[in-house]
Amino acid sequence: MELQTLTYIVVGLTFAIYIGIAFWARAGSTKDFYVAGGGIHPVQNGMATAADWMSAASFISMAGLIAFMGYGGSVFLMGWTGGYVILAMLLAPYLRKYGKFTVPEFIGDRFYSKSARAVAVVCLIICSVTYVIGQMKGVGVAFSRFLEVDYDTGLYVGMIIVFFYAVLGGMKGITYTQIAQYCVLILAYTVPAIFISLQLTGNPLPQLGLGSTMAGSDVYLLDKLDQVVTDLGFAEYTTSVRLSTLNMFAYTMSLMIGTAGLPHVIIRFFTVPKVKDARSSAGWALVFIAILYTTAPAVAGMARLNLMQTIEPEPGQYIAYEERPQWFRNWEKTGLLGFEDKNGDGLIQYTSNAETNEMVKVDNDIMVLANPEIAKLPNWVIALVAAGGLAAALSTAAGLLLAISSAISHDLIKGMIKPDISEKSELMASRIAMGFAIAGAGYLGLNPPGFAAGTVALAFGLAASSIFPALMMGIFSKGITKEGAIAGMVGGISVTLFYVFQHKGIMFIPGTAFLGDTPENWFLGIEPNAFGVVGAIVNFAVAIGVSKVTAAPPQEVQELVEHIRIPVGASEATGH
Amino acid sequence: MSPLNEEQARAYWKRNLALVVQLLVVWFVVSYGCGILLVDFLNQFRVGGYKLGFWFAQQGSIYVFVVLIFYYARKMAALDREFGVGEDD
Repeated sequence: MELQTLTYIVVGLTFAIYIGIAFWARAGSTKDFYVAGGGIHPVQNGMATAADWMSAASFISMAGLIAFMGYGGSVFLMGWTGGYVILAMLLAPYLRKYGKFTVPEFIGDRFYSKSARAVAVVCLIICSVTYVIGQMKGVGVAFSRFLEVDYDTGLYVGMIIVFFYAVLGGMKGITYTQIAQYCVLILAYTVPAIFISLQLTGNPLPQLGLGSTMAGSDVYLLDKLDQVVTDLGFAEYTTSVRLSTLNMFAYTMSLMIGTAGLPHVIIRFFTVPKVKDARSSAGWALVFIAILYTTAPAVAGMARLNLMQTIEPEPGQYIAYEERPQWFRNWEKTGLLGFEDKNGDGLIQYTSNAETNEMVKVDNDIMVLANPEIAKLPNWVIALVAAGGLAAALSTAAGLLLAISSAISHDLIKGMIKPDISEKSELMASRIAMGFAIAGAGYLGLNPPGFAAGTVALAFGLAASSIFPALMMGIFSKGITKEGAIAGMVGGISVTLFYVFQHKGIMFIPGTAFLGDTPENWFLGIEPNAFGVVGAIVNFAVAIGVSKVTAAPPQEVQELVEHIRIPVGASEATGH
Repeated sequence: MSPLNEEQARAYWKRNLALVVQLLVVWFVVSYGCGILLVDFLNQFRVGGYKLGFWFAQQGSIYVFVVLIFYYARKMAALDREFGVGEDD
C-alpha cells in the first residue's frame, strides 16, 4: 500500500482509540479530574508516567543528539532516568501520603504561607509552559512531515484531540490515553531498532547488538564506528566527553533533580491508592522508560554508522551526489539535510573540517525519523514511527496541561481567590482552565516565541533550582521556615535565570547577552543548560541560612511533617 | 494521630534514612562514579564490544536504577510491617 495512505490509517486508528477512551473515562468529580479518583493501579500508573515523561524530545531528538555526541550524550540517558531514583526515595511516597491534589498545595501547607504557594504556582507555570511549547511544535512537525498537511492544520488537529480527553476526563481521561499512547510509542521505537540491529549484527536485541560484532565479520560494531568517525576527523564515538568531566557531572545532576522536581511527573504519583504503590509505581515507570532509554544508544550508534557508511562506503571513497539514495532526496526537501558541492567534484565529502565538509546540514532529528528509510524497512514501520512521535508529543502535552490547569483552578481559584467555591463549580472551573491552557499552548505553538528552542532544557534547570529543593527540605527538615523556603525558591530560580540570560540574552532576545556564550565565559566551564544544580545549591543554602534566623515553624506544621513520614492512614487523607 | 510513640517514630525514620543513604551511594557510584569520574579507567576493560565505562554510562547505570527502586520499595514495605505502620494493617 502507498506510504501516505498507510500513515493516515495508522495515525487515524490511534486517534480513534484516544477519543474512544475520552468518552469512556469522563470525570465526575474534582477528585477524578485532578487525581483520576486516586485508584490507579501502580503498574498502570507506571506506564502512564512513562508516556507522560517521554516527550517528543525523548522520542525524536534524543537518539540523534547521542548519535552526534557519542559518549557525551550519556548525560541525557543517565540524567533522565536517574531522577526517578530520587523521586521514588525522596519525594513521591511522602507527597502521596500528604494526599492532596497539587504540588503548590503541599508547599503552601508545609510552609504555612499563601505567598509560598503563589511562588510555587509561578515556578510551576514557568516550567510547564516552556515545556509545552516544545510539545505543540512536535505535534505540528510530525503532522507536516508524515501526512503532508501544513504545520498549522496539524497543530489544530492535535489540539482538538487533546481537548477531547483532557477537558472531558481530566487526569482520569489523560491516564488511560497515556497508557494507550505508551503502547503505540514503545512499539514505534523498538520495532525499527530491532530490524536495524538484526541487519547490522544479527542480534535482535538492540541493547546487545550495540555490543556485538558486525554481521559476517569479527569486528565489534562500536570499534568499527570509532574507526569510521576518527578516520574522518571526528572525535572518537565511545570516549568523546561533553566539554569537561565537571560539565558532564553538573549536566547529569541538573537533569536528574529537574526530573524529580517537574510537577507534571510528581502529580502522577497522587493517582495511586497507597504510599507503597507510589514507591513501586516509580519503579514500574522506570522499567517502561528504560525500555526506550536503553534502546536509544543502540539506535544512535547504529544510525550514525549507517549514515557514515552510506556516504563513504569504503575508506576515502565518497558516493556521487547524483547517486544518492531516495531517503537523502526526501530529507533534503525538508531542509533538515543539506549538501553543498564545495570542490565541484560531484562527490559528497563528509568530514569534520568545516572548510571542506560538504554535508552542510545534518539535523539531529533525522536520526530517528529517517532511520527506517535509511535501513530500507517496510512502509508500515515508517507509518508506525509517525504515530509514535505523535503519541509521545500528545501524551506529554496533556500531562503538562493538567499540571497548569489544576494550578489555576485549585491553587489560584479555590486556594486564594474563592475558597468557598462548590465542588461542582470547581470542576467546571478546572475544565474551563484546561480549555484556556490548550488554547494558550496552541497559540504559542502557532507563534513560537524566538526563545522557544532553548527553553525545554531551561524547564529542567528551573524545576531543579526551585521546586525540587523546596519539596525535599519540606519533607526532610522540620526546621525550614516559610521565609527560608520563599527566599530559597526565589534565590535559586533567579540565579539560574540570571546565568542563562547572561549567556543567551535577556528573555533570549538576541544581542542582550552581556557575556558571550562560549566555554571561557562560563562559570567553571559549566554550560547554561547544566546550571540548574548550582541554582539548587543556592536554594538549599539560602533556605537553611534564612531559616536559622527566623522564627521556627508552628507546632502543627511540625506535626504535618511527622504525619507524612509514616505511610499508615494515606487512604483516608485523600481529598479534603 | 500517629500510631507510633515519639521514640518509635524516631527509630522508624532513622532506619528509613539509613536505607535511602545506602541506596543513594550505589546510585551515585554507578552513574557519577562508573559513568563519569572513573570512565577512563573502566574503559580499559570490556564487556563484548562495549568499553566498560561507556557501558555503565549508556546501559548499566539505567539497569541498576531500576533494581534500586524495587529493592527500596520491598525493604520499606518490610520496615512498615515491622513497625506496624503499613497500610494493610
